[in-house]
Amino acid sequence: MRTMSDWTKRSGPVAAVLGALVVVWYLGCIGLNSQGAIERVLPSQPGWTWTDLVAVTWNMERPVLPAPHQIALDLWTSIVDWPLDSPRNLLLHVAVTAQSTLVGFVLGTLLGIVLAAAIVHSRTLDRALLPWIVASQTVPVLAIAPIVLVILGSLGFAGIAPKAAIAMYLCFFPVTVAMVQGLRSPQRIETELMHTYAATRLQAFWLLRMPAALPFLFPSLRVAIAAGLVGAMVAELPTGAQAGLGAKLLTGSYYGNTVGIWSALVMSALLGLALTAAVSAVERVALHGGRR
Amino acid sequence: MTARMPMPPARQAVFAVALSLMFAGHLASLPAASGDAPPAMSFHLSLIGALLLAGASVQRLAALDRPRWAASFSALLFGLWVLFFWQIGVTAFEVPRVLLPSPLAIAQSLVDHAATLGRDFVQTVLKAVLVGWLLGSALGFAVGVAIDRLPFLQRGLLPVASLSSTIPLVAVAPIMVMWFGFEWPSKAAVVVLMTFFPMLVATLAGLQAAGRLERELMHSYAAGYLRTLLDLRLPCAVPFIVSALKINATLALIGAIVAEFFGSPTVGLGFRISTEAAKMNMALVWGAIVVAAVTGSVAYALLVRLERRWAFWHPSVRSR
Repeated sequence: MRTMSDWTKRSGPVAAVLGALVVVWYLGCIGLNSQGAIERVLPSQPGWTWTDLVAVTWNMERPVLPAPHQIALDLWTSIVDWPLDSPRNLLLHVAVTAQSTLVGFVLGTLLGIVLAAAIVHSRTLDRALLPWIVASQTVPVLAIAPIVLVILGSLGFAGIAPKAAIAMYLCFFPVTVAMVQGLRSPQRIETELMHTYAATRLQAFWLLRMPAALPFLFPSLRVAIAAGLVGAMVAELPTGAQAGLGAKLLTGSYYGNTVGIWSALVMSALLGLALTAAVSAVERVALHGGRR
Repeated sequence: MTARMPMPPARQAVFAVALSLMFAGHLASLPAASGDAPPAMSFHLSLIGALLLAGASVQRLAALDRPRWAASFSALLFGLWVLFFWQIGVTAFEVPRVLLPSPLAIAQSLVDHAATLGRDFVQTVLKAVLVGWLLGSALGFAVGVAIDRLPFLQRGLLPVASLSSTIPLVAVAPIMVMWFGFEWPSKAAVVVLMTFFPMLVATLAGLQAAGRLERELMHSYAAGYLRTLLDLRLPCAVPFIVSALKINATLALIGAIVAEFFGSPTVGLGFRISTEAAKMNMALVWGAIVVAAVTGSVAYALLVRLERRWAFWHPSVRSR
């Protein structure tokens, strides 16, 4: 059992590190923005002092590095001041990206599990296909994303389908490799026990192999959902997509909207953390029955 | 049927492979296979027959226990069959090149655009990936060693570093482009950020890997902190570090290519992929992907050799 004091012992150092990061960030703002401030803003205030300089660098219109409070303010106004269906509301973009990530993640996971089950039961697939799937992990498969977009686009698929397809194939590789390992993890003595019970292959699969594979599945799911999120965001780049965190990042960089880029970046980080936390929560329920 | 000995499996496999290759040759010689005639009924039947024979050849080969190379050979044969039927299918059924160029067309564009792709390779791999990967991994390692004696910082940094793998770090690319310009340093910066945390986590884990017994032995030799670090704990950390180098190699390639999607000079593998895809010049896109894929596999293979040399004593290496 984790106690409260244990928790504070763990979170103390993390809070200190994050606090130090914020301090460094503010100092970095002074360093990176001061040149622009001296050239563009301060000439209108003759006789400026150090405090003026610091105040200006922390509140610039188009800073090189926006201060944390500027990003927080931008996020707050975008979420509170605009209705949920407005493209100025970042939550809309988060929802669009999360939707394609999740659809792709579910499909990719199912495909990966089915393929892994087939590989475990077929020597041909095991020897002919599995080496290619393992090797594909060393290859930047994300680079195929533009091709998938073009192919699906010319076949008439639009909207969520191409993005989900890219998230799907990125999710499917790690899940397949881990599930093959997991489905093979039962010891010989256990499979022989199932055999003495006259269990069919199907029963052995559901009652022995599948439960044994779960501890292998969940770490790969965490890898998969992170990869799927990157895939969904990259898929939003070349389509000229109007919505989604990837599109928001790209429009931000076109218009030099630094604060906007940083807010989108923070939101995508939060989305990544939330998706992984959701997978971990499912893992806790599935493996430990909600305990721990 | 007269009673006779069943054919031994090895001979069955050789027979199946030979038969399927011969039939594949027949299929390729049909006029429809080279796109000279519309696919007729006989072509369809031949195609189905060749598919069945190809499947049988892979299956027979995969069923062999000996020789040991039968396993890798069946994977190779499977890959060749995929390429073969891709080529035949795309030409016979006249799949538009925009959708899927044939393997030969991709090979042709690899040859035709070798100079362009060579420049892209230099820009993306030799500059952005290599510099970023070395710098990010070295930084991660250095910080890991530096905070080795500061458990407070370790407890603070480790959760942050582990969580960073769930964050789409490559999305900092537009910011790096603003800071470092369109050229390769901005891509290298993205790669540094992506490779730093895995190496930090691996170094910290590796430094803890030396057993208590060995540490106490070093202590009994009156070895100081530095001596223990150099002679015991760093060697023990090598397997962790090499496996982080392997993970980072793939991450670095992905990071540099995707960062180029966000904006780049008119050279680079990621730039080539995104602009040629927009121009529907798919053969060249596939060519660039082949270059990236080969680079990734070769880098990984080199690192595995390095692992064999540096961490030959580790159980995970010995068991292979």
